[in-house]
Amino acid sequence: MRHFLTILSHEVRMLLVAPSTYVAATLFLAVMGFFFTSILQDYSNAAQEVPPPQIFFQLFWFPVLFMVPLLTMKCLAEERRLGTLETLLTTPVTTTEVVLGKYAAAYLLYLALWASTGGFFYILHRFASDLRFIDPGALIGGYLFIAVSGLLFIAIGVFASSLSRNQAVAGILGFTLLFALIFGSGLLQNASWLDRELFNPAREALHYAQIIQHREDFARGIVDTRQLLFYLSGTTLALIFSILGVEAKLLHN
Amino acid sequence: MSADSENTAADTAARNTLARRATDASTPIERGEAPAIEVHDLVKTYAGTTAVDHISFSLPRGEILGFLGPNGAGKSTTMRILTGYLPASSGRVSVCGHSLTSQLAEVKKLIGYMPENNPLPEDMRVHEYLYFRGRLKEVPRRTLGPRIDEVLELCDLKRVRHKIIGKLSKGFRQRVGIAEAILAEPPIIIMDEPTIGLDPHQILIVRDLIASLRGRMTVIISSHILPEIEMTCDRVLIINQGRIVAQGTPEELRRSVIGHSHYELEAAGDPSRLSEACGACDESLQIEARGEPDATGFRRWLLTTKREDPLGEGLLKTLGEAGFRVRSLSRSQPTLEDVFLAATRRSWDVTAEDLKR
Repeated sequence: MRHFLTILSHEVRMLLVAPSTYVAATLFLAVMGFFFTSILQDYSNAAQEVPPPQIFFQLFWFPVLFMVPLLTMKCLAEERRLGTLETLLTTPVTTTEVVLGKYAAAYLLYLALWASTGGFFYILHRFASDLRFIDPGALIGGYLFIAVSGLLFIAIGVFASSLSRNQAVAGILGFTLLFALIFGSGLLQNASWLDRELFNPAREALHYAQIIQHREDFARGIVDTRQLLFYLSGTTLALIFSILGVEAKLLHN
Repeated sequence: MSADSENTAADTAARNTLARRATDASTPIERGEAPAIEVHDLVKTYAGTTAVDHISFSLPRGEILGFLGPNGAGKSTTMRILTGYLPASSGRVSVCGHSLTSQLAEVKKLIGYMPENNPLPEDMRVHEYLYFRGRLKEVPRRTLGPRIDEVLELCDLKRVRHKIIGKLSKGFRQRVGIAEAILAEPPIIIMDEPTIGLDPHQILIVRDLIASLRGRMTVIISSHILPEIEMTCDRVLIINQGRIVAQGTPEELRRSVIGHSHYELEAAGDPSRLSEACGACDESLQIEARGEPDATGFRRWLLTTKREDPLGEGLLKTLGEAGFRVRSLSRSQPTLEDVFLAATRRSWDVTAEDLKR
């Protein structure tokens, strides 16, 4: 693991000097700012039952679906297309270190982007100076959910990138996988063929994997170890598949 | 390919060398003196096609090996296997006494590799890239800075050290690749076509650079530019369709593959008497080609002989006695190009026979 930090610091450095990072961050903030303003507008029109952070984090799926594939699609696909994966893997570096280093860098950027939305709440607090708007519990729960679920989302994006040398394919694949993960279980839950007794375990598993439900729990301040375990084991699995994906391509190229 | 086709006369010489090397390999040697690279019966198959077909060779430390072969002969595949990037289908490879399969991490530290087409990240500066690679190759942080200055100097890259790699010209990029390969001072350097796409001046620089590594590092290079190989390499290995068709020093190859020498003669006289005069000089000396006479009656002849020793003096004497007026006589050395063409053609012929059967 001695090369993990070398690769991580290299990746972070490359992200910090790349103009595309700043463009992506600006656009992300613009979109999230737009959401935040419309939420506040609703509040000024009529009193709402839940504080603004609740509503704000309900929309987490939108940036996840678009930003995560954009952040991760490049990481392994580009290396393979340019051929630099070959120079990387002929040094004393293992595939695991390469995948983990790139994963960690993408995750840090994801966290940094979300952390920057904290500015919205600061502005709201500064100008509204009313603590009811900023229920700290919902706020902390929301960010905690983003940090924990981000582990899995980014891992899935990295996995998609390990499967293709084409960034566009990796991006679309990542989008599809994330869409299936976030909305798939909700859609299947309503399927009538799952009502049969035979499928009871499957129904339970689906219920357990409801990411939207997890978010509500986190927002209410419930941190369930089963949910943490779901994200951690999912992340581990996706990363192992990414490592295997890179190595399988070497065996059969 | 059937077993008996492998026993064709043409391949016997090469096979004898192989057999000798194979026995050498089986004798126990101390690790410190183990050859830099030892390959035994290496096979690599991709989805039904055999890219590398039972290759065996060994390379002593400090020598420069030139890897020759037509496109798709298996050069790059062999090099990728040696670096541990691709796994072999079967066979044994040891690098400085370390087995490639069981001590891969050790082996990777011993090799500096520059792949075909020299892939480099587009958006880094030259010194940043070298620093990153040096860290990956476990060069201590303290010595890395001076070492980077050293390789930049060696590869004449000082002027561009702060430039972005994506904006460099082909020649500079190529030299960045070479600088990267020698950065960690590995005992073995493998370069896949290091001089491709360079202008003659840059080729000269790269050639001098490779020659300066002789004795200190073991180098394997592949190239299509045969004079390059001839000038820099101690040893040449020609492969075609995944099989070794010839190996040895350039001198040995000339002898074993071509097997005869050529003389070019420019003289005036009775053409019908020439073959007689040749026969008088040496039995195997024959006329291979004859040119048209020019205005003054001089013609060019091409003569071949199986003899190795120089025949010039005797030939001049005999020709003089036979009444020829000689304007010039020269012995033409077969170039590596001739050897390469002859060796690869020979292996094509062998394969063609296989297919007919």
